[in-house]
Amino acid sequence: MNFAIVLLAGPQDPAARSALNFARAVLDAGHQISRLFFYRDAVHLATALGVQPQDEADVYADWRTFISDNKLDGVICIAAALRRGVLNDAEANRWQRPAANTGAPWELSGLGQWVDSLQTADRTVTFGT
Amino acid sequence: MKSLLIITRRPPAHLAAREALDMALAAAAFGVPTGLLFMDDGVLQLSKGQDAGVLQQKSLTANLEALDMYGIEDVMVCHHSLRERGLNVNQCLLAVNCVDSAQIANLLEHYSEVISL
Repeated sequence: MNFAIVLLAGPQDPAARSALNFARAVLDAGHQISRLFFYRDAVHLATALGVQPQDEADVYADWRTFISDNKLDGVICIAAALRRGVLNDAEANRWQRPAANTGAPWELSGLGQWVDSLQTADRTVTFGT
Repeated sequence: MKSLLIITRRPPAHLAAREALDMALAAAAFGVPTGLLFMDDGVLQLSKGQDAGVLQQKSLTANLEALDMYGIEDVMVCHHSLRERGLNVNQCLLAVNCVDSAQIANLLEHYSEVISL
């Protein structure tokens, strides 16, 4: 089965971890993930600048590694990201900001990607409120 | 094409209210049959006579008025949530359809996808 997974809650919300655990279980069970879409505060997961205490799990790094290792389509909503200061090189240049804080494997794109997932995936599962 | 019901539950001053409307307009722009249900504090988004400027915010009215233009005809409001807040359907900005809990249960069956924002 082909899954799309949507996360709405930020890195500090337990939903960020639940969504990752669910995504891992989907692949472990032999299913596919056609897209991961991050909206609202979930876009904060894409920052490369989060630093966690050494004895705590790093949900930012865990998501980044999961997406890279499995070559998944990890999309953060561009409008939500710009509002919250999550910018890649292209957006930092476009808006003349002094630095970018996100990049591969994350991709910035529009809500249309979520709409597309809802139409094409067998199941779209949303985490967080 | 799969139909989509968006349930918007946050008050108007919350960014989530705007982001739920954005999603509704995006889905409609892609030709997806889209319904929108206001419930819980989300019903406050519809309340007439608001002045978002007092909170240094942009009003949601333009987005709400765009719903019709984007072809979103199924705009519904939860009767129970309205009553809990001392409001009635005449105090709502748009021509909304007032639905009770039994009708909401039917909506969840009727739409192929449901998201709660």
